[in-house]
Amino acid sequence: MTAARWGLLLLVLVCAIAAGLALGPVAIGVGDVARALTGIGDAQVVAIVRDLRLSRVALAIITGAGLGMSGAALQGTLRNPLAEPYLLGVSGGAAVGAVLAVVAGLSMVVALPVAAFAGAAAAVVLVLLIARAASGRSDPRILLMAGVVVGAFANAVIMVLLAGAGEGTVRNALWWMMGSVAGADWPTLCWLAAYAVLAGAALLTVARDIDLLALGEDAAAGLGVPVAMATRRIFLLSALLAAVTVAGAGLVGFVGLVVPAIARALGARRSRHVLVASAMLGGALVVLADVVARTVRAPAELPLGAVTALVGVPFFLLRLRKVS
Amino acid sequence: MITVSQAVVRYPGARVNALDGASFEAPPGCVTAVVGPNGSGKSTIVRALIGQVPLAGGSVRVGALDVAVADRRVLARTLAVVTQREEPAFPLIVREYVMLGRYPHHGAWSALGPADAEAADAAVALAGAESLAWRRTDELSGGEWQRVRLARALAQGGEVLVLDEPGTFLDVAHEMAVFERLDTLAREGRTILLVSHQLNLVARFASQIVLLHHGRVAAAGSPSDVMRGDVLESVYEWPLVVSRDPVIGAPVLVPLRKR
Repeated sequence: MTAARWGLLLLVLVCAIAAGLALGPVAIGVGDVARALTGIGDAQVVAIVRDLRLSRVALAIITGAGLGMSGAALQGTLRNPLAEPYLLGVSGGAAVGAVLAVVAGLSMVVALPVAAFAGAAAAVVLVLLIARAASGRSDPRILLMAGVVVGAFANAVIMVLLAGAGEGTVRNALWWMMGSVAGADWPTLCWLAAYAVLAGAALLTVARDIDLLALGEDAAAGLGVPVAMATRRIFLLSALLAAVTVAGAGLVGFVGLVVPAIARALGARRSRHVLVASAMLGGALVVLADVVARTVRAPAELPLGAVTALVGVPFFLLRLRKVS
Repeated sequence: MITVSQAVVRYPGARVNALDGASFEAPPGCVTAVVGPNGSGKSTIVRALIGQVPLAGGSVRVGALDVAVADRRVLARTLAVVTQREEPAFPLIVREYVMLGRYPHHGAWSALGPADAEAADAAVALAGAESLAWRRTDELSGGEWQRVRLARALAQGGEVLVLDEPGTFLDVAHEMAVFERLDTLAREGRTILLVSHQLNLVARFASQIVLLHHGRVAAAGSPSDVMRGDVLESVYEWPLVVSRDPVIGAPVLVPLRKR
């Protein structure tokens, strides 16, 4: 990818962040936003920008970057342009884990991503087992079907678990299943960011394995990749990234599908570049999706996952036509 | 040099061994062909060479490396494999694809340098793929792809090349071109192991043929030693005669019609 394209990506991300801070039920000028960030200006504006919107934007970036990288890694490793954590049921598994932790009353900040990770990892294993039993991983459509089935099952489990939880539960079933980046506090954000950065960095170190696995398992083995171990590692890191996003923002679909495809269309071909570009684009996309979610029908908020699905489903159908 | 001795492979759930004590050698400087009917263990040999199936007995060696214990990346610097349908899931530029052959020479973060670029260019030239270097991999024809795969394998820099059915999907001219190229590479001192269905083709290029049957070596030796009517008939369980190539005198198998 050319330096100009990287510059463009950075510009897109910066503009998205600016829009995320400026736009909402109350529109604020970019200059006022910049002043409010440093604590200068109207107290109410400062409160909106620093207390409400900054944390939203931060969580949106973590969520988008995590989903983008997770999707990019899964697509390369599975040789499947339709792979992404939501459609593969990985996010659903993570949500079940997270909801179980909430229902069990575990402390939110540290335990939630861990519980979500356990659920995500279980979902990965389950989906691969189902796909293998039904014809092997090689058919991208079978794998996807297994993922959608596991995802539907996860949704049912979440509804059952939260039906008994009552009004007192902070986050309801709809929040988990449709996603939102509202209302995160800073300690939570720091934990999520730490998990995401670690998992993302680990994925970057195995990026060359992803390049080779994208040639096929035997070819990768011939090029020195310990296939079984490398594949497991990449799946677990992708699951961890998806889990972090689910713990922070619930189920946000299709970002992991759309973003790596755009990164590739922009000229990113080696996995390391695709991963980094997907993180940047994913962050920008979710920030913008959140802007749409909170402005279109203000003061009501649309679920974030509904906005990404409205963009993602037509995109998915286009891709599906290409694959088959 | 490839040394397979008493190799036994059993796939989980299978009732018979895929390899059942097969032994043979592929010496440097010539083309060795592994042939045999479907299910005779040809592909299992390839998968055993890259460590994708564990050996239940015996050993597979590449030069001084024991495949069972060798570091995968070290092995990939000596042995390169062209699998049947290798293709990137997402298109690359041909030269980027060939550069993937240099990954075994690097860790996770060490950057590919001028030495790698040189090796990749040399491999592209050796495989006759210069004109393809800047094309996209999803726009190549079958014959072009085979040359590009060969270039990627040569870029790995090893002395041992293994090719699984290199003639599949190729027309006569492209097929012959690939085999002539392999012949040249062998004459330069490399060890070339071909796994193929096409007895007649390999009989004209290989110095040595290894005929597998039920995971064992049914016959091995020069083409005229192995391509004997009685031997092939019992292995392939089909009536046939062996004739001669009119130009170089290599044996030619003719399966007979049933009356």
